[in-house]
Amino acid sequence: MKKLKNITLFAGLVAASQIQAADRDYISVVGSSTVYPFSTVVAERFGKSTSFKTPKIESTGTGGGMKLFCKGNGIDSPDITNASRKIKDSELKMCHENGVDGVVEVLIGFDGIVLANEIKSHDFKLTTQDIFKALAKEVPTEKEGELIANPYTMWNEINAELPAIKIEVLGPPPTSGTRDAFVELAMEGGCKKYPWIKATKKSDKSRYKSICHSIREDGAYVEAGENDNLIIQKLQKNPDALGIFGYSFLDQNADLVKGSLINGAEPEFESIASGEYPVSRPLYFYVKKAHVSEIPGMKEFLAEFTSIKAMGEEGYLTDKGLIPLGEEKYMKVKTDVQEMNSLEL
Amino acid sequence: MNNTDIVRQSLKKRYLKEQIFKFMGMFSIATAILFLLILLVDITTKAMPAFSQTKIALPINLDAEKLGLDANSSTESMMNADFRLVIRAALLEQFPEVTKRKAKRELYSLTSMGAEFQLRDMVIEDPSLIGQTKTIEFMADDDVDAVIKGSIDRTLPESDRRVKDQKLSWIESLEKSGQISTGFNWNFFSNGDSREPEMAGIKGAVLGSLFTLLVTLALSFPVAVAAAIYLEEFAPKNRFIDFIEININNLAAVPSIVFGLLGLAVFINFFSMPRSAPLVGGIVLSLMTLPTIIIASRSAIKAVPPSLREAALGLGASKMQSVFHHVLPAALPGILTGTIIGMAQALGETAPLLMIGMVAFIVDIPQSAVDPSTVLPIQVYLWADSPERGFLAKTSAAILVLLFFLVAMNAIAIYLRKKFEKKW
Repeated sequence: MKKLKNITLFAGLVAASQIQAADRDYISVVGSSTVYPFSTVVAERFGKSTSFKTPKIESTGTGGGMKLFCKGNGIDSPDITNASRKIKDSELKMCHENGVDGVVEVLIGFDGIVLANEIKSHDFKLTTQDIFKALAKEVPTEKEGELIANPYTMWNEINAELPAIKIEVLGPPPTSGTRDAFVELAMEGGCKKYPWIKATKKSDKSRYKSICHSIREDGAYVEAGENDNLIIQKLQKNPDALGIFGYSFLDQNADLVKGSLINGAEPEFESIASGEYPVSRPLYFYVKKAHVSEIPGMKEFLAEFTSIKAMGEEGYLTDKGLIPLGEEKYMKVKTDVQEMNSLEL
Repeated sequence: MNNTDIVRQSLKKRYLKEQIFKFMGMFSIATAILFLLILLVDITTKAMPAFSQTKIALPINLDAEKLGLDANSSTESMMNADFRLVIRAALLEQFPEVTKRKAKRELYSLTSMGAEFQLRDMVIEDPSLIGQTKTIEFMADDDVDAVIKGSIDRTLPESDRRVKDQKLSWIESLEKSGQISTGFNWNFFSNGDSREPEMAGIKGAVLGSLFTLLVTLALSFPVAVAAAIYLEEFAPKNRFIDFIEININNLAAVPSIVFGLLGLAVFINFFSMPRSAPLVGGIVLSLMTLPTIIIASRSAIKAVPPSLREAALGLGASKMQSVFHHVLPAALPGILTGTIIGMAQALGETAPLLMIGMVAFIVDIPQSAVDPSTVLPIQVYLWADSPERGFLAKTSAAILVLLFFLVAMNAIAIYLRKKFEKKW
């Protein structure tokens, strides 16, 4: 009986301790799971090398992060949100409506998306048009304006130079930002090579999107989950399959898988940075201006993140697979952060 | 034909059926054990590399001038000193032939990113080290670790190998001079999360799980036991009580993510409790475990023989006295077993915690139930998702720690049941 009383007492104490949680002394970051690996590296170094607490970084996805970030300007809302795409106008509007006035955009670098297969398997030299033909739900015929359900089952049916193996691509599910970027950059890139489809973009945007963004569902594209390591393991077991994942995973597993050439460019550090490799996307984070003075360590954290040591061409983020900005862009980002130039609607 | 003959004739068939059933039962158990063994062996073999750590011993000259420190320097200036300089100097001294910028960068990456902080903490603890030359063992980078442990094959051609020939030659020369050693990886049990596999530890997640479970236990146990006692012993039999009973049973079947959404809407958005805190996680999980404990407690109370209650009442005890002095102690083993099963369920739960922000990178080890933290199953998920190969072993090792926790909790359940059990 006495035990029971003690336990109840403890519960009361725990509940009471909650009251003092209002003051936050650590930075709270939410957002994209693609930026997460970079953000965490900076956070860890920042925590170890300064006397501030290590920032807390949640992986919520870009959209989820924006929602949390824009919910309010209070201290209980996150200070920074990571994004694997630019903030949408609608999101910025939502921010403003909820009293989040100063939002500073920081471009941190680029991320490439690769199509890779087992290292001893065939070499793939693809164009974005090949990718579109291989993965689209419907493909155009010779006749203008006509679409048929994707008939291709072998790579060499698309392009005689490609190996004669079955089309099988392992990639992320629709909830993933990697998938969004892949569809937008690789699929759409190949799709708009057809002049009449390109023309529909102006006349009927939703039709254009449904042609270019729909991935086939007949088994050639396998949704293999959000875990990129799992895709790499599956490629080991199935040398005929291709996998879609972020460049950092290719970089870390260069002894197990190799990236396919796209439009003649190899998925390499230099070609992604120069923009020659077509499937790459910018990575951002967004900062609440009002929190810079309220949360201890914010200014120092921003300085660390945008330092040459981190983001520069030989910074530690590039060791983790981030493709750095060019000199010019970097200087602009750096001044934007120093002067805290916020985005305008 | 008389009855005896009929029975005798069918006897063989009946025996055979029994034999077949027994065999099928044994076969099922054997299959279950086989799968369990495969799982355990697989996880354990994958986890083994995580429990050892490669170290590189380097003679470090803690040059006071280079560091800008002396024995009387303040802790703050020591925090700001660049200890990389002396480690890099030691590496360069070892391999003086390295002069190119790119090669130097490669060379510096032999030791872990944490080496400078390791050295800094040593110097802060003992400032008299400044100015001395001492051989210090640093954690090796995860690539070096992988080469030493054999998970990177040295015989592969250079182009297919993650660690290139030049770096491999440095590692081999260090190996030859006996500067490379492997030891038990204590860091795994004393560190929080990290993005460097060699520095990542499980302590933060273990403590996070512990705080979460404490909150869960503190909230769900008293409430559930009180509810069970009331429903079983005191509640009148009417429609309203029936309705509540049905709902408790339904609640036990609600998918756990729903509780997460509830937690987000009520505790975080409405009561503005902190995100990612074990406190909120514990409250959400206690909602989830309540029905489990209530149902187990009720059947335990129901199983207490009525003669016990009647004897107490017959000797003049009040209803309350009969319940708390006689029924509850007799039902306690069942209640405790139910509670621990509920707790074990809560320990492995991730879905409701996703919603309240516990899927987060947290380096600092939580000190209380309101500090941001993560829990064991989420740590497993986060590591499984990391690009660095070293995390593969860490993931399995974290699973082992989680399994160990579960086994320990079940052992406690068995012990308590044995201790309080009474035979009628």
